[in-house]
Amino acid sequence: MMSARLLKGAAVPVGAVVLALAVGALLVAATGGDPVDLGTQIVDRVLLDYWGLSDLLSRMSPLLLAGIAVAIPLRAGLYNVGAEGQIYMGGLFATVVALNLPAGVPMPVALLAASLAGALGGALWAGIAGVLKARRGIDEVVTTLLMNYVALNLVSYAASGPLKAPGAPYPYSPEIPEASFLPLLMADTEAHLGVIVGLLVAVLARFALGRTAWGYGVEVAGKSPGAATYAGIAVGRTTVIAFALGGAAAGLAGAFEVIGLKHRLYANFAAGYGYDGLVVAFLAAGDPVWSVISAAFMALLRTAATTLKSAGLDATAVTIVQGLIVLFAASGLALQRYGAFDRLLARRRRAAIPTAGSGAVS
Amino acid sequence: MIDMLTDPAALGELFATMLRLSVPLVFAALGGVFSERAGVVNISLEGSMILGAFGAAWGAIAGGSAGWGVVTGALAGGMLGAAFGIATIYAGANQIVAGIGANLAGLGLAAFLHRLTAAGRAAENRVPGFGDLTIPGLADIPVIGKALFSTDPMTWAAILAVPLAALVLARTGIGLRLKAVGENPRAADVAGLPVRLYRLCAVIACGMLAGLGGAVLVLSQVFLFTEGMTAGKGFIAVAAVILGRWSPVGAALACLLFGLSDAIQLRLQFANGDVPYQLFVVLPYLAAILTLVGLVGRSRPPQGSGSFYRRESR
Repeated sequence: MMSARLLKGAAVPVGAVVLALAVGALLVAATGGDPVDLGTQIVDRVLLDYWGLSDLLSRMSPLLLAGIAVAIPLRAGLYNVGAEGQIYMGGLFATVVALNLPAGVPMPVALLAASLAGALGGALWAGIAGVLKARRGIDEVVTTLLMNYVALNLVSYAASGPLKAPGAPYPYSPEIPEASFLPLLMADTEAHLGVIVGLLVAVLARFALGRTAWGYGVEVAGKSPGAATYAGIAVGRTTVIAFALGGAAAGLAGAFEVIGLKHRLYANFAAGYGYDGLVVAFLAAGDPVWSVISAAFMALLRTAATTLKSAGLDATAVTIVQGLIVLFAASGLALQRYGAFDRLLARRRRAAIPTAGSGAVS
Repeated sequence: MIDMLTDPAALGELFATMLRLSVPLVFAALGGVFSERAGVVNISLEGSMILGAFGAAWGAIAGGSAGWGVVTGALAGGMLGAAFGIATIYAGANQIVAGIGANLAGLGLAAFLHRLTAAGRAAENRVPGFGDLTIPGLADIPVIGKALFSTDPMTWAAILAVPLAALVLARTGIGLRLKAVGENPRAADVAGLPVRLYRLCAVIACGMLAGLGGAVLVLSQVFLFTEGMTAGKGFIAVAAVILGRWSPVGAALACLLFGLSDAIQLRLQFANGDVPYQLFVVLPYLAAILTLVGLVGRSRPPQGSGSFYRRESR
C-alpha cells in the first residue's frame, strides 16, 4: 500500500525526467552523437567510478542545499528565485570570516565560524526579500531575481578589490587558512563533507516542516493567508523566517563551495547552482528529503555535461533538458492534481473490461 | 557627473544612450503587460529575449537582411511563449515554475543552436543589422534630436508600439476582452469568450514582443549573438511591468527609468576608471528594487492574474 502510494507520487517527476532525457537524446543524436553509447559512458564514468562518484557528490552538496533553500519558502507559498545570490553572499561571508580568523584557532571552531557566517550571509540576503514581501507586499520573485545580479557583482567586486590577494594576476582572494578547509569525504578527491551536512539539513527541514507547530503554521500561511491570520498565525513573520531559513541553506552551500572546494573567492565561483536548486525543489515537489534524490539526479546531469564535452558534444543540451524537466514536471503535476491522468486511466480501464472478461472465458 | 546634465551635447548623448538601452526593455515589457492583463504572470521574458536574439542573428545572416532577423527573432520568442502558454494555460502548470523552466529551456536552446550554427570566426557571424537613419534638420534639435531622429527603425517601432499597445488595450474589442479574461475569467467564460484561447494568444504575442526585444540587441546594437547577452534584461522588464502598474505607458516609462540608470551607470563607469565597475553595474538592478519599494506598495495586479482557469473548478 505504502509502496503503491510512493510509486504514484514519483510517477510524474520520473515521467518528466524520462521525457526530457528523450529530448536530450534526440538533440545529441541530431548533433552526431550516439545517445546509447553516451548513456553507458556516463554510467561507467560517473556512477561506477571512484573519481566520477566523488565529482557527483561534490556537485550534489550545493544542489541539495539550494533545493532546500527553494523548498522551505515554497511551503509558505513563496518563490525563492534568489538562491543564486544567496549562495554568493554565503561564499562572501564565509571567505571574509575564514580569512580573518586569528591564527591557531582549532579546526572545529574555524569550520563552524565560516559555515555559520555563510549561513548568516544567505539568510540576511534572503531576509531582505522576505521583509519587502511581508511589509510592502512586493513580489518576491522580482526582488530575489534582481538581487541575484547585485550579489554576483558584489562578489566580483570583492574579489577584484578589497579581498584581492596581493600580487594576484587575476581577481581572486588569498587562499583561506587550512584550519577552515572542510574535511573530505573521499580521500584525494573533491567530495567534501557538505553532502552529509546537506542530508542532515534535509532531514531537519522535513521534520521542522512536517512535524512541528511552526511547520504547520508555514503550511497554512502558504495555502490560505486569510485563514492563517484568523488562526492567529503571524503571516508576515512566517514569510520572513521561511525566507531567512531558505537563504541560510543557500548561504551554507556558498560557504561549503569556498571552504570545501575552491578555498578562495572569485567571481562566478558557484555559477548556476541557485537556478538548478529550483529544478531540484520542484522535481521533489517541495519535499526536502525527496530533494536528496533530485539533487543526486541533477548532479548526475551536471557531471554528465563534462562527459558530453569530452565526447566532443555540446553540453548546453543539459540546460535544455533541465528546462524541459521543469516544464514537464510542472505540467504533469498540475494535470495529476486536476485528475486528468485518473480520468484517462478510468477510460482505458472501462474499455479494457470486456477484453479481460473474454480472456477469462477462454 | 555634473557636466553630464548641464552641457547640452553631453545631455543629448545621455538621452540617446538612455533611449537605446530602453528599447529592448520596452518591447519585452509591452509583451509582459499583454500577458499579465490576460491573467498569466510571465517571467519567461528572459528566455524569449535570448531566443529572439539568437533567432534574429540566425535569420538576418541566413536571409541576408535585418528584416528577416526581425521576423525570425519574433517567431523564436513566440515559440517559447507558446510552449510556456500550453504548459500553464492548458496543462495548468504553476506560472512561476513554468516560467523558470521556460527560461532555462530558452537559454539552453539559444546556446545550443548558436554553437550548432555559428561559423568559426567572429567576423563571419557578424549580423547585417539596422543602420541609423538620420532625418536632416530634426536631428539637430538640441538634447533630443540625435536620440529621436538619428536612430534605427527599431527605436521608432518601439516608440510607436507603446501608444499602439495602449490603444489596443483601452479602445478595441480585443483589448477589452483580453482584460476581461484576465480580470474575471469565469465571467468572461459565461459571456462566451474562449478564455484559454485568448490567454494563449496573449502569451504568444508576449513571447514575440520579448523576442523582438532580444532582436533589437542583435540587430541594432551588438550585431553579434553572444550567449547570455540578455543578462537579466528580461527580469528587469518583468519589474517594469509591475512598476508600470500593468499599463503600456507606465511600463514604457519604467523602462526609460531603467535605461536612464543604465546610461548613467555606463557614463560613471567610463569617467571613473579607478572605481571598480561592478559598483556601477548594479545601479539599474538597485534602481529597479528601490523604485519597487518606493512606488509599488499600493498597486494591484489584474485580479485573475497568476491563477489557472478551468471551467469545472470553482
